[in-house]
Amino acid sequence: RSGSRMEAPQGRAAALATACLSYSRGGPGRALALRAVTAASAQDIDNVGRKYHLKLVLEDILDKDNIVNCTAEVLYHLGNTNAAPDVHFEIEGELKSTDEQDNTFYNRIRSLKEELVAQDIPDSHGNVPPEMEPIRALAQAAAGYVVWQNSTEDTQYHLAQIKHVRQVKRSDDYLEFDYMVLLHEFVSQEIIPWQMTVLWHPQHGVKVTQNSRQ
Amino acid sequence: DQVLKIVPKTLQQVQHLQHLCNTLPLDLWKPLLPEDIWTGEDLHVRVPAPLVQEVKDSLDEHLISYDILKQDVQALVDQSTPRLGGSPRQGPAGYNYTRYHPMEEIYQWMTQVKDSNSELVTQHDLGKTSENRTIYYLQISQPSNKNKKIIWMDCGIHAREWISPAFCQWFVKEILQNYKSDPKISRFLQNLDLYILPVLNVDGYIYSWEKERLWRKNRSPHMNGTCYGTDLNRNFNSSWGSIGVSYNCTSDIFCGSGPESEPETKAVARFIERKKEDIVCYLTIHSYGQYILTPYGSTTRPPSNNEELMQVAEKAAAALKGKYGTSYQVGSTSSILYNNSGSSRDWAHMIGIPFSYTFELRDKGTYGFVLPEEQIEPTCEETM
Repeated sequence: RSGSRMEAPQGRAAALATACLSYSRGGPGRALALRAVTAASAQDIDNVGRKYHLKLVLEDILDKDNIVNCTAEVLYHLGNTNAAPDVHFEIEGELKSTDEQDNTFYNRIRSLKEELVAQDIPDSHGNVPPEMEPIRALAQAAAGYVVWQNSTEDTQYHLAQIKHVRQVKRSDDYLEFDYMVLLHEFVSQEIIPWQMTVLWHPQHGVKVTQNSRQ
Repeated sequence: DQVLKIVPKTLQQVQHLQHLCNTLPLDLWKPLLPEDIWTGEDLHVRVPAPLVQEVKDSLDEHLISYDILKQDVQALVDQSTPRLGGSPRQGPAGYNYTRYHPMEEIYQWMTQVKDSNSELVTQHDLGKTSENRTIYYLQISQPSNKNKKIIWMDCGIHAREWISPAFCQWFVKEILQNYKSDPKISRFLQNLDLYILPVLNVDGYIYSWEKERLWRKNRSPHMNGTCYGTDLNRNFNSSWGSIGVSYNCTSDIFCGSGPESEPETKAVARFIERKKEDIVCYLTIHSYGQYILTPYGSTTRPPSNNEELMQVAEKAAAALKGKYGTSYQVGSTSSILYNNSGSSRDWAHMIGIPFSYTFELRDKGTYGFVLPEEQIEPTCEETM
């Protein structure tokens, strides 16, 4: 019962928490998405802002039966719209290891003779070629950072599509990808092109080193 | 043909299965080769229809248990591949309801559906779009001397929400395929007429196929052709222009130059206005988000029949969830989504149509507007 009568602001907070979880735990082998909100409450804190307490169920897009429960706290700061919201979360139990997929992907990209280039993922019909799934999962994780940094109580972002992605060869161990993505903002219904420079390493995780709204 | 699943438990069973695969024309799906059959590993094999009994007898004899994974392979093949010729009672021969179709094909489909189901289906011209294309709806009506009430459903008001027109087409197909055999549908049609508008925003839909997949609005020109499109779902005369809109043409929620400024809005509104005494239910299908939304978006004041509206919606959400476990949230747009004015659903309720709902179909953001085609069937099945 608790899931079906949730208010809009809690929904946005849940989407934001999911974005942070995605950035923190996601990568080419794991893309986390919100399956359900099992509890949500809001608390006004004088002179600080509004804090949401959430219980979420997430699923791994690449492995739908793999679900995980989390609790999250999202604090939107009063007034100052330049500060990203504070998000804290706790995951129940352990996430399934993605070491194997990560290493396979890492080695595959490192051994490419030419830099990877692709567009329209998914395509218009929702198709993602299997070899592009890790690229998409990585974008999902990286977009989590962009969403987190740009969210307010009145916005809700989702990654709509990767318009273009280009690998950038590096001399160190990291993989680098230059993404042009389209973000969908729910309240304004706008589609916003956004550039992200994403670094990834199997042991060091995802990092967005540069991003800009286009 | 049937597909059987077998998990061999002993070496003898493995050997017998290999023997069957090597001596009979069986189609081994998993593993690829008989020599890869192992104890404890799943085996999937397609057995041609004439051999089904013989194979099952042989398995029984050797005490090998099996499950039937697929009862009727031909039925599945027919569903997913085009077929030459087809029974007239169903949709047009070879129409694939599990794929997205461009507007030309949907126009053809409507003609074919009406032609092959002429005792039940008529096609009508609702009006013209901004780029002068015709907006058609289908009327599914069982001949009777009863004056029947109407259920109206429109799809594709927002161009990029492709799963929506796919659902309208699916819905029509389901009704026409099953109205004789399914007692629920049969009773439905005895008392109700169904009016289905598969694509309301024809121009926008075409634009999303040809130019910009994530386009939302229609294609009416503004500011001397420097800016295009009004959000049709902000253009109806329900607290028009008051909240949750933009007055700027560049916005995706631009409400237009005035209520019903758009030909598409006018076409729908004029028709529904005329028939409103007989319409009991107004449904408008969107994506994404997995919501069943009740009035209103423009205010948090609940509609007069809110309790009943919610009850019915909760039942619908429960039934939907029962199919594949998909969760839909239920509530008014203003409370669980955002504020908006000028929506068709609000307008329908305001002019007196008691049961007005917006459906936001799958998913919750993973694919969003570009929902993969393999989700068309489950989405439509559960929503049905």
